[in-house]
Amino acid sequence: MICNDVALEGVELEAALAEALNTPTGTADIPAWTDTKVVGQRLPKIDAYERVSGTAVYPSDITLPGMLHAAVLRCPHGHARVKKLDASRAAKMPGVRAVLTPESPGADIPWYPGEKGYVSRLLDTHCRFAGDEIAAVAADTPYQAFDAVRAIVVEYEVLPNVVGLDAALAPNAPAVLDGPTNRAGDPRAQGRGDVAAGFAAAEVTVEGTYSTGTQLHVPIELHGAVVRWDGPKLVAWDSLQGVFPAQNTYARALALPLSNVRVIGHYMGGGFGSKLDTGKYGVIAALLAKQAARPVRLFMTREDTMRAIGNRPAVRMTVKLGAKKDGTLTAIDFSCTGSGGAYSAGGTGGVNWLPLDLYRCPNVNTVSTNVYIHAGPERPFRGPGHPQGAWALEQAMDTLAAKLGMDPVALRLKNVPDISQGRQDQARYTSTGLATCLTEGAKTFGWTEARARVPQAGPVRRGVGVAAGMWRGGGGSPPATIIVRLVADGTASVNMGASDIGNGTKTWAAMIVAEELGVPVDRIGIEHADTATTQYTGASGGSKTVPTEAPAIRAAAIEVKRQLLALAAADLKVDATALSIADGAVFVTADPSKRIVIRQFRPLAQRGVLVGVGVRGPDTHGMAVNPWGVHFAEVEVDTRTGLVRIQRYLAAQDSGKVMNRLTYDNQVIGAITMGQGLALTEDRIMDAAHTGRVLNANMHDYKVPTALDAVVAPVIVAVDPKDTTCNIAATKGLGEPATIPAAAAIANAVAHALGVRVVDAPISPQRVLDALAAPRTPAKGVRS
Amino acid sequence: MDSHDPHDTPHDAGVSRRGFLTSVSTGAIGVVSAAHLAASTANEAPPDMTAADGQRAVTITVNGEARRLSVEPRWSLLFVLRERLGLTATKTSCERGECGACTVLIDGETRYACMTLAVEADGHAVTTLEGLMQGEALGPVQRAFAEEDGLQCGFCTPGQIMAVEGLLQKTPAPTIDEVREGVSGNLCRCGTYAHIFKAAQRAAELKGARS
Repeated sequence: MICNDVALEGVELEAALAEALNTPTGTADIPAWTDTKVVGQRLPKIDAYERVSGTAVYPSDITLPGMLHAAVLRCPHGHARVKKLDASRAAKMPGVRAVLTPESPGADIPWYPGEKGYVSRLLDTHCRFAGDEIAAVAADTPYQAFDAVRAIVVEYEVLPNVVGLDAALAPNAPAVLDGPTNRAGDPRAQGRGDVAAGFAAAEVTVEGTYSTGTQLHVPIELHGAVVRWDGPKLVAWDSLQGVFPAQNTYARALALPLSNVRVIGHYMGGGFGSKLDTGKYGVIAALLAKQAARPVRLFMTREDTMRAIGNRPAVRMTVKLGAKKDGTLTAIDFSCTGSGGAYSAGGTGGVNWLPLDLYRCPNVNTVSTNVYIHAGPERPFRGPGHPQGAWALEQAMDTLAAKLGMDPVALRLKNVPDISQGRQDQARYTSTGLATCLTEGAKTFGWTEARARVPQAGPVRRGVGVAAGMWRGGGGSPPATIIVRLVADGTASVNMGASDIGNGTKTWAAMIVAEELGVPVDRIGIEHADTATTQYTGASGGSKTVPTEAPAIRAAAIEVKRQLLALAAADLKVDATALSIADGAVFVTADPSKRIVIRQFRPLAQRGVLVGVGVRGPDTHGMAVNPWGVHFAEVEVDTRTGLVRIQRYLAAQDSGKVMNRLTYDNQVIGAITMGQGLALTEDRIMDAAHTGRVLNANMHDYKVPTALDAVVAPVIVAVDPKDTTCNIAATKGLGEPATIPAAAAIANAVAHALGVRVVDAPISPQRVLDALAAPRTPAKGVRS
Repeated sequence: MDSHDPHDTPHDAGVSRRGFLTSVSTGAIGVVSAAHLAASTANEAPPDMTAADGQRAVTITVNGEARRLSVEPRWSLLFVLRERLGLTATKTSCERGECGACTVLIDGETRYACMTLAVEADGHAVTTLEGLMQGEALGPVQRAFAEEDGLQCGFCTPGQIMAVEGLLQKTPAPTIDEVREGVSGNLCRCGTYAHIFKAAQRAAELKGARS
């Protein structure tokens, strides 16, 4: 789906906005943070009580009077047409209150935008993947709803399906959409310089083929919503990373004014990109609720989430690198092919960014090919495309280092960029922590010693590997509007539209206000993620929440401070610039005995509230803001079983200023775990030969890392380049950059341990054994 | 495959025989006194499991309080806890015993509420996350998870806490490997395991300090 992050752009538009609002943009005149007292501390989450006591009400916990439960009938075939559908028996079953079929009013809402308009409908009789929605039922209990769905009689015309990349591109392949070919548009070329000349100038070249598997998001809370109509007005409690994109989707689909759609998302149980927007489920729930005149809860089943609502596409990649003997890169030639499923052309979105931007290189060529197949559509997944690109590029860099006889860290240090070569304007980065991440990370990890250690004899071999990465996003951007209030008793609150997806957004928001106003963190209330009561912002995705919201929160707090100091200055008969705030009091900086205790300050009590509005201003024009990271892994590989165990792990991240070191570490730990899944165990398997169904759409056969797989105590190195140019909070995004190099670092460690490279992810025991059996001809990417 | 899969038997109005047998047999394994329950299920299973009026009276002790309920034989304990008793800390996620989000204690043993039928819990004592609260105060395991930031989105957290509670009741001072084993049936997709391990060890300290 589309992430509607970027509504306003450009310096002029921002200036016009600021003037229209008659409020400071907050980012133009305020110097960026350097040292902070509260921000950067290790603080438990301010909503930890709710989350550990069970009082946090997640969307799937919402129960309303008269609420019904819904279930969805989905196509069991990879490709089929519904010839006949009879829901008459289902409609008469006990407890059934509403039935929705492709013939029902509203079921023909256009869905899935293609190159020339929408290509499907909310409930469509032409089903293009096993899991496509056909009908839905609402009943008194979920058991009755599932009974009724089973009682819908469907006659299918089963059509030939195609779920493999090569098969989809073969002549006479079944057409997924109505185009002449299953290739989604022409292959997209991006690059710079003269690659042929670059390779001619190279003294050493390496070339390789790599692939990754399809990774599924698997958030523990299922996708779903509870919806209620109040006459013409819709309220939805939806498990989402952002309420405003979903408000747009509900309004578009149901032809409602935005003011009649309220989306609430106070808690949500994981998303990782798959919950940037609502889905068909939300609109189906709304239609069922309308029909039944009752509230409806519709949460997808686990199996349905694993086949129908997003994935990180499998990608096949080739990389050729050329370098001088000293390691200076002269050319990169990169190509990738992937599929976003039946309805998305975004199979390779973001995959080529690291080849374009991670290393200094004058001659780069990338070609990206997207293919339609009969599978569920992709959704953005934590650093879309980047972990796949890193998988190929960073393994190729290791191969190059070996051929050059260079240390892998030294090779990367040789090619650190200072401008964003992938961007058209060749913008300079506000900060590039890559070199520091490499050197500090290597030092703390004990890289040189570990690398030099001879792998022990015997069947279990040890190796260490490194990989670098950066994230194309992570700089944040307008729009975001924040309201900070200081009330009579000297306590404060933050009103922000952003969702807290679990990494402590509410907590660092409070810490920022505490930093500026001197109010203790536990005296700051948070109101957030409700389209009716908070202000517009994009979804919490793209690692943009901190760099987008933090500057606006800070600006709003500073505006409140300005008003408070102005009142205090009048009261104390001094100039406002002579005053400071600390520990709940305003005092004359030069004479702290002249002070006002804020909670006893009459002018504040009389007004009742001071309100500051902060608007996220534009970034410095012509500069690129990117977070960086370098990961180091030490693994043990059992050559008898092929099993890989990660023994030691270090992540060095440059995400600018740390907001909360406790939740920062936690987020990096989670990013490592997710990268480990991509590297070692996670792989959607489809029945390519016959049904086109996902064969492992469950959490047993699709293996996300468990407590027994995870690294016990990863080391996190926070590199802060003191970037006072990126924004006034001196900070950049973290969640995505921290997962981007992880899989590649593990792959490089496995290659170091074995002396032979496994080029296809996941590195399953079988692939390790295959690679060992044929050490001179490592397996090529043969994923179909 | 999934006995809840609506597409498995699209022409069959009722619960499939295969699905029924799966849920009964796996459910029976899921509680302590399996023999007693298997016997009662075999004797009393009604022929039509979908009949709305085929309800049975059960008494389940939930968080120390005896709750008398009328349940359909096919209702899971998870469904009854959440939808009949309003105890929503126990989370719904996979509904097939794979993720641990619904972990509760049954007679002191960590169990998946999704894999336990409510009728199987008849006569047994169930503890949910709500049952670890001391009034409004957090219990020691809950406090440890909060302090160590042993959570991100928090959705698997009730299950993780119950798994640690169950572990510590049997093994008050677990080694790190015992902790990992103890929560190995509880998936955390945010990947917070390292902090969960710290929280479990801190919880052992807090519990030790209390006794």
